[in-house]
Amino acid sequence: MADQEITLMKGNEAIAHAAIRCGCDGYFGYPITPQSEVLETLAEQKPWETTGMVVLQAESEVSSINMVYGGACTGKKVMTSSSSPGVSLMQEGISYMAGAELPALIVNVMRGGPGLGTIQPSQSDYFQACKGGGHGDYHLIVLAPASVQEMADFVDLAFTLAFRYRNPAMILADGAIGQMMEKVVLPPFKPRRTEEEIIKECPWATTGRIGGRKPNIITSLELRSEEMEVINLRIQAKYREIEAKEVRYEEFMLDDAEYAIVAFGSAARIAKKSIEIARSQGIKVGLLRPITLWPFPTEEVKALAGRVKGILSLEINAGQMVEDIRLAVEGKVPVRHFGRLGGIIPDPDEVVEVLKSSF
Amino acid sequence: MTREEIIEKGQVVYKKPTLLNDTPMHYCPGCSHGVVHKLVSEVIEEMGMTDKTIAISPVGCAVFAYKYIDVDWQEAAHGRAPALASATKRLWPDRLVFTYQGDGDLACIGTAETIHALNRAENITIIFINNAIYGMTGGQMAPTTLLGMKTATCPYGREVSLHGYPLKITEIAATLDGTCYVTRQAVHTVAAINRAKKAIRKAFEYSMQGKGSNLVEIVSTCNSGWKMSPEKANKWMEENMFEFYHLGDLKDTGAVK
Repeated sequence: MADQEITLMKGNEAIAHAAIRCGCDGYFGYPITPQSEVLETLAEQKPWETTGMVVLQAESEVSSINMVYGGACTGKKVMTSSSSPGVSLMQEGISYMAGAELPALIVNVMRGGPGLGTIQPSQSDYFQACKGGGHGDYHLIVLAPASVQEMADFVDLAFTLAFRYRNPAMILADGAIGQMMEKVVLPPFKPRRTEEEIIKECPWATTGRIGGRKPNIITSLELRSEEMEVINLRIQAKYREIEAKEVRYEEFMLDDAEYAIVAFGSAARIAKKSIEIARSQGIKVGLLRPITLWPFPTEEVKALAGRVKGILSLEINAGQMVEDIRLAVEGKVPVRHFGRLGGIIPDPDEVVEVLKSSF
Repeated sequence: MTREEIIEKGQVVYKKPTLLNDTPMHYCPGCSHGVVHKLVSEVIEEMGMTDKTIAISPVGCAVFAYKYIDVDWQEAAHGRAPALASATKRLWPDRLVFTYQGDGDLACIGTAETIHALNRAENITIIFINNAIYGMTGGQMAPTTLLGMKTATCPYGREVSLHGYPLKITEIAATLDGTCYVTRQAVHTVAAINRAKKAIRKAFEYSMQGKGSNLVEIVSTCNSGWKMSPEKANKWMEENMFEFYHLGDLKDTGAVK
């Protein structure tokens, strides 16, 4: 059972291996710390000789995302990865893909900003990932892994959701998850779809007019306002469906909790340690970990507000997800934020002190 | 005699290609785009590639090229068509993949994508319409605007001290190891149209034979942007554009081997 073998690897490496194993057709990327191991691992693995997967180092992140756009137009399973400054460069292309309703995977291994910032971990791209990021009214489906195992597992999940809704999906990790090594069970091998399967599954794709069908046109352009509004309303209806069906989250020690921490990714791991320390001191606190950041677990946070005396949003940023928590809580209980900036990761003990002083 | 009777008697000497549909074009009367659209359609049909063509349209006047030529189209962001084409061709190697771009799209905002796609020897063709102006946005200065030429953003004429020099990107492309066939054509006379068609055919064939990247520049008129009648625009192009943008093949390594 080689497929079930437990191996030790970095989160970035897990992304690369998972991409090959889940039948990804093409990866297009550009080096940037702290995610370069994704491209390096793919180059080392040479999947073009085994599964036939295309791996191409582009001339920029702008080009990478537009290669993804082109590949996605043809119904292929395509992806890119980058880190914060590079993902900023991709926003135009991501907006086009959302507008043209194309499935694709974008991995952001976040580092601290703004600007060139730092190469240390951060979660300061929450707004960019969850609120559109580029121009226009749109959303990405955003998954937040908190372990190397989830880095591996979320590649296939992201592609599944992206194709289910014809919408780009993002894995929003951070430098810690990307760089740290953990044991991981890689997903089993799944063959790439054949061209015939793609043509059948994606009748909208620009695969050439095989069989003499009518031309397929992929565009986000519509100059007639009345038509453009209809397109926007259709896309918004799709977002409402995703919000209703695809919320994912984890609960940890919430059953008897008097206080709750809401945290995702690396911050959620710190939160678990803080909860352990706090409970040893008699403070009943638990964790709600959003796995999908968009759609956000609004109803779950709302329900939480009816059960606890206060909520702490623990983020490795200056306070971004806390806005979505406050919208869900509607003022029922106090909501505080704590985060460290510039690539500093919060210490579990200081989180406990914040808990004590906040409520 | 009805139209059908004429066709029955085998008297048809010319008709528009089937791939070019009946949608009224948005191009201005006198614009070169219509002729080039026709040539591209004819070549795809004659090569028997109707069912296997994936085309990429730009941002610019040709943004709606997908409305007129009945093949599969992807509408790219401004300047990024060669990136879309690169991925598309690598993922579908037996398809005919080409981009259709103007000078602002290809030689300005998309310079990086153009140069790198060409130099990676992607087996694609770039059809490059150079009319030395931004037509779609109302006649602003382009990277290819000639010195002294007046546009909406250089109303007193392009000057080196203010705007720098016009860019001969096709000459740059010819120096790249990744390019196979690089040529500059025009469509202002019947003879020129015939030569341009042969060039497009050669480029498409090389791309299908895996010989590397191909660039076909068509020096074109923009009589609306240039504020001239179509006839005068053609004359002005001959007298001014061809002086700077010499017609003919710049590189052809496809015939060797």
